[in-house]
Amino acid sequence: MALHNPWPDEGNTGHIWDEDLRELDNPPPLWWMLSFYAGFIMIVFYALYYPTIPLTDNSGEFTKGMAGWTQVEEYHDDYTVLKDWRKAKFADKEEKLATMSVDEILKDEDMKSYAVATSKMLFGDYCAACHGAGGQGNPNFPVLADDDWLWGGKAAQIEATINNGRIGNMPAKGMMGNLTEQEIADVADYVIALSEGKGNDTTFAAGKAVYTKGMCMACHGPAGKPLAPAGAANLTDQVWRFSADRDEVINVITNGVNVKKNGVYLAGTKQAVMPAFKERLPNAEVNVKRLAVYVHALGGGQ
Amino acid sequence: MSTENKEVKNKSATAASVFDDVETTNKNLQSIGVEILPVHTGGTVHAKRIPGAFRTFKWWAASFWIILFVGPYLRWDGHQAILFDLPNRQFHIFGMTILPQDIWILAMILLFFALLLAASTAIAGRLWCGYFCFHTVWTDVYTWIEEKIEGQPNKRMKLDEEPMSLSKLKVKVPKHALWLLIGLATSFSFVAYFVDAFDLWQRLFTLDWGVTETTTVIALGLATYFFAGILREQVCIGFCPYARIQGAMYDTETVVPTYDKERGEPRGRMKRVKPGEEAPELGDCIDCNLCVAVCPTGVDIRYGQQFGCITCGLCIDACDSVMEKIKKPKGLIRYASLAEFAGKELPAIWKRPRVVVYSSIMTLAAVMILWGLTTMSPMDVKALHERAPLFVQMSDGNIQNKWTMKVVNKGNMPMKAEITVEGPEGMAFNVDKVLDIQPGNVGSTNLFVRIPRTQLKDVNTPIVIKVVDLNNPVVVEYYETTFIGPRVR
Repeated sequence: MALHNPWPDEGNTGHIWDEDLRELDNPPPLWWMLSFYAGFIMIVFYALYYPTIPLTDNSGEFTKGMAGWTQVEEYHDDYTVLKDWRKAKFADKEEKLATMSVDEILKDEDMKSYAVATSKMLFGDYCAACHGAGGQGNPNFPVLADDDWLWGGKAAQIEATINNGRIGNMPAKGMMGNLTEQEIADVADYVIALSEGKGNDTTFAAGKAVYTKGMCMACHGPAGKPLAPAGAANLTDQVWRFSADRDEVINVITNGVNVKKNGVYLAGTKQAVMPAFKERLPNAEVNVKRLAVYVHALGGGQ
Repeated sequence: MSTENKEVKNKSATAASVFDDVETTNKNLQSIGVEILPVHTGGTVHAKRIPGAFRTFKWWAASFWIILFVGPYLRWDGHQAILFDLPNRQFHIFGMTILPQDIWILAMILLFFALLLAASTAIAGRLWCGYFCFHTVWTDVYTWIEEKIEGQPNKRMKLDEEPMSLSKLKVKVPKHALWLLIGLATSFSFVAYFVDAFDLWQRLFTLDWGVTETTTVIALGLATYFFAGILREQVCIGFCPYARIQGAMYDTETVVPTYDKERGEPRGRMKRVKPGEEAPELGDCIDCNLCVAVCPTGVDIRYGQQFGCITCGLCIDACDSVMEKIKKPKGLIRYASLAEFAGKELPAIWKRPRVVVYSSIMTLAAVMILWGLTTMSPMDVKALHERAPLFVQMSDGNIQNKWTMKVVNKGNMPMKAEITVEGPEGMAFNVDKVLDIQPGNVGSTNLFVRIPRTQLKDVNTPIVIKVVDLNNPVVVEYYETTFIGPRVR
């Protein structure tokens, strides 16, 4: 505050610096002040109308407001609008999808891309937990993106698999359950050689003999290749249902797959069950088809 | 011109002026038609309009904006010549269609004009503000209307002070109505660059406008009215960020309207000399305040360059008209730089670092724009590698990778895009289909590539995806990407 004010009449506040730099007392324009006060008044109505004030009792509660508005409700309303819009927009395609077979869908370029585009979320919700988000599989769960199929890679076969589920069966220690540890080790070596294309080497003659003795050919085929897709793995290719690791191969042969006694899984047996999705999926008639097309298009469909 | 001025300056330093043949007493000035005007402070700036070279130039510069109103009605090949089609994400500029993929060209265009602004400011001050800025131009037109309806500034000021009456309303209502009309015409024209203009007119009469169109036209129209009519110079002084950064672009060589203080001061008019007193030596400024009265932002240029000054040159017109009447050389207020007043020689424009830097960036942007426009391929290829799984072991020992191919047709003709792959020996690929893509659309398909595991020497194997438009085989795009396999044992 300057002691000496050379401009007493201009309405300055008396704060003067550097001889002539002074603060004037200019009120803001009326319209500005009015909108300023109007803002305060608006806050009152806003606070009454919308949820606003948190309560102090640590309950996480707050004043709800007279409008009863909530963010989640608004989101749901918006989402309903979007869902209805989608439903209306794609009604004819959905109808068409219901009447077509999977093979027909695959042939129809437009319907195929529609089926694939609308399956992504379903696949994520119902399939990805075991088969991976992109069908890349998981340890002990089959890869869907390759061309090796236990139950057939044709669209109709895939559809049947999704609809009814699949339960593979492999008896422990050969068909009769009578293979010795040594025999199992021999046949494991033979099977690994098969996938490398060396099945006829004399080195693996012992294992080959066990393959016959254990009646493995009943399911896996005389040369390690199943005659028809019925759940048995193709032993001649380079895709492994469980693992290419020798210990793991021995383990599978020793304990089998889905071996039960009195309805209880035996210890060590591989549990490999694909549930039936016609009961699980909503709107299954259409959605199973959709997913079959999607899986077929992942990269290995036949 | 500068040497001539210097001469004048030197002489004026010794005597009041070399051309002292006109008496600058109040009485004499009145008789030769020089008004001595009061300076108004506060309230609306009501600038006087007087003819002159800069006034004429301002009108020419302003007429540039007529393009805004005419532009939407230009046609090209049966569609609107300039149409920024936001819903379809396409910009049509005459024969060209620019899709979002080419939006970097827009960034270059913006860069070019931003630097043009900087370079022109470095050379000659706020050329944009003074002559071309839409706010200046619209305000100019609005105040011109005001003058036509309400009369000269003193009349307007008196009218503003009068209480509201029927006769005042009779003057005010048409003015505001006209202002609003211009505002709405402006916003309508603006919107017509985003929606087909004729369609917009048609739907105006059938009252069929959408919410976006209606609110944009009304809000923008009201804003134009409010900014150009009511706020005027307050926008330049209080809102506009450009006014605030101009100081960074000025240097001592920048020419701006400047008052020649040495020649003008001490300002004043001749007074009768009392016996025994010596006549005061006066400069050429007779303190008539005309330069202040004509200023659209209400600044007094004689205080020197200031942020309120939009360098429109109207004060030069004003001062020159007075100098002409009192038979003194023109240019008491003129386009001049600080360096010039300091007696320095102005360096050549291309030797000024600021100008060189600004204009080389401008050139770069211009070259990029030209390069972008000339090499713009009608096809855009994106290959999205499947991430889960990155690769798949196939039963026959091949490794398979999957790509989602997206091919954009940026041209005007339907496209038949065939996808092929070049890679190591033994590679096979499989594409779902040849893509039929309509102009402006995206075609999408899956691409599967298989390479025998024995051929893979590394986790990453480079391959090239080639896309050819079968309808026009000149159009080829190559997409280099990486095939991913398992770790090599």
